[in-house]
Amino acid sequence: MRLAMRPAMKRQQTQKIAVGLITGAAVLVVIPIVLVILYIVVQGIGALSWEFLTAPPRNGMTEGGIMPAILGTLILTLGTAIVCLPLAIGAAIYLAEYASDNRLTRWVRLAIVNLAGIPSIVYGLFGLGAFVLFLQFGTSILAGSLTLGIMTLPVVISTAEEAILSVPQEFRLVSQSLGATRWQTIRHQVLPHAMPGIITGVILGLSRAAGETAPILFTVAAFYVPHLPQSISDQTMALPYHLYVIATQVPGMPLSVQYGTALVLLLLVLSLTVVATVIRTRMRRRRDW
Amino acid sequence: MAQGRPIDNNRAIKIDVRDFSFYYGDFQALDSLTLSIREHEITALIGPSGCGKSTFLRALNRMNDTIPGARATGDVLLDGQNIYDPHVDVTELRQRVGMVFQRPNPFPQSIYDNVAFGPRVLGLARNSDLDDIVRQSLESAGLWDEVKHRLRSPALALNPGQQQRLCIARAIAVKPDVILMDEPCSALDPVATLRIEDLMRELAQDYTIVIVTHNMQQAARVSDRTGFFWLGKLIEFDETERLFSTPREALTEAYITGRRG
Repeated sequence: MRLAMRPAMKRQQTQKIAVGLITGAAVLVVIPIVLVILYIVVQGIGALSWEFLTAPPRNGMTEGGIMPAILGTLILTLGTAIVCLPLAIGAAIYLAEYASDNRLTRWVRLAIVNLAGIPSIVYGLFGLGAFVLFLQFGTSILAGSLTLGIMTLPVVISTAEEAILSVPQEFRLVSQSLGATRWQTIRHQVLPHAMPGIITGVILGLSRAAGETAPILFTVAAFYVPHLPQSISDQTMALPYHLYVIATQVPGMPLSVQYGTALVLLLLVLSLTVVATVIRTRMRRRRDW
Repeated sequence: MAQGRPIDNNRAIKIDVRDFSFYYGDFQALDSLTLSIREHEITALIGPSGCGKSTFLRALNRMNDTIPGARATGDVLLDGQNIYDPHVDVTELRQRVGMVFQRPNPFPQSIYDNVAFGPRVLGLARNSDLDDIVRQSLESAGLWDEVKHRLRSPALALNPGQQQRLCIARAIAVKPDVILMDEPCSALDPVATLRIEDLMRELAQDYTIVIVTHNMQQAARVSDRTGFFWLGKLIEFDETERLFSTPREALTEAYITGRRG
């Protein structure tokens, strides 16, 4: 008995130290997130008002509101969705349901992995070269949406593919045994069950697009436009770029306006993430396999 | 055996299998099978695990097609038409030859939507016609009285026996001629099993049934004819009563008396 005591105690100590370190790491991760959010809320909350959300900027952007930037970001997010969703979901269905392990599939997968690894500023330059200049869309909502849409593809494709693969194989077998074609099986059985996962991926992808500055820098974002965009070939203001502008380019900018803008952007992106989480948990609760 | 249903040798042949072999890549799973499955009969397939009886069952509605390297030779004639003919529409074949699986596997949807799935997707009916199909199918599967007041509740809330009858209703809903059952009772308790066996006798009046079973008592109780498979070969195929009482092959006798397998 006595002999066995010592190694056992030593193991207990190691255990305690390990748990302590791991817990410490987890706590350390939370601290900066909480601090960033707290800091922005405290600094920015004073600027928030009905006027701030609904009026255009005035007096060299130091007064008034940020409505055109909010609206611009919403429009760009919608444009991103229109560009990205059909392509991404189509590709995900192909990869999950049809692709066999051949050369084409390997190239597609390689392309997706590489798309995910490209820095966002490179997307911005690509958008400038391809859409603004070569296709002559100009600096426009069209060019910006295309750029953001392509940037968002990989994350939506991989989450959608995962969601489709998580639908049990048995459902497909049953559906086909009833005489459904492969496409009918996908359309009526697989996609409905994969939808929560797909929606989650879509929203997370869009929330990233909504917060990006670099891809819109040369493709769509305007320093200041006094009116709202009239068509998809117009420029627009957008929250992330507006924040960059008022934080670095405009002298005498009140701090509260800067942090107020940051707070609005943060709330927009966070609310998208919350929506995604709610959808995922609600649908997961309904799922029984 | 066959519970008072005399064997009628004048029944039309529904599925005629001639010199049928099946391969998974280089592995020969079925070796030159020849047998006739008659209309409105229950044909049981017995044999040890891996003997090929499930492969044969799935060959009858070409559910093996999706397996890479799967290949068939010989003929399987359904109402005189070879189902392995390249011009055959596999989806139409599967609509006519339905399937019930080993584990009850309803979709995680409502009872109604489970039964309505096939007719909806295949465009057989909508609205009130669809209601009728759902009702008739559930009645045929002996489930209607238990679920008629809760058609919109989730199918997975049913007990396993009810779930399996729901799967039978789902298969019936697309109006097949033949129903294939792959060990349909192996996940059920004895009471639910007897319920399904009674149901099979009733269904045989309208459908041709082929059942794979590990349970020889079940084959003896429920079927009109029985085939005994061994290592991919059909050793013996005969009227159930005769096969179990006076088997012609020594191997069959050894298996059904429990000395082999």
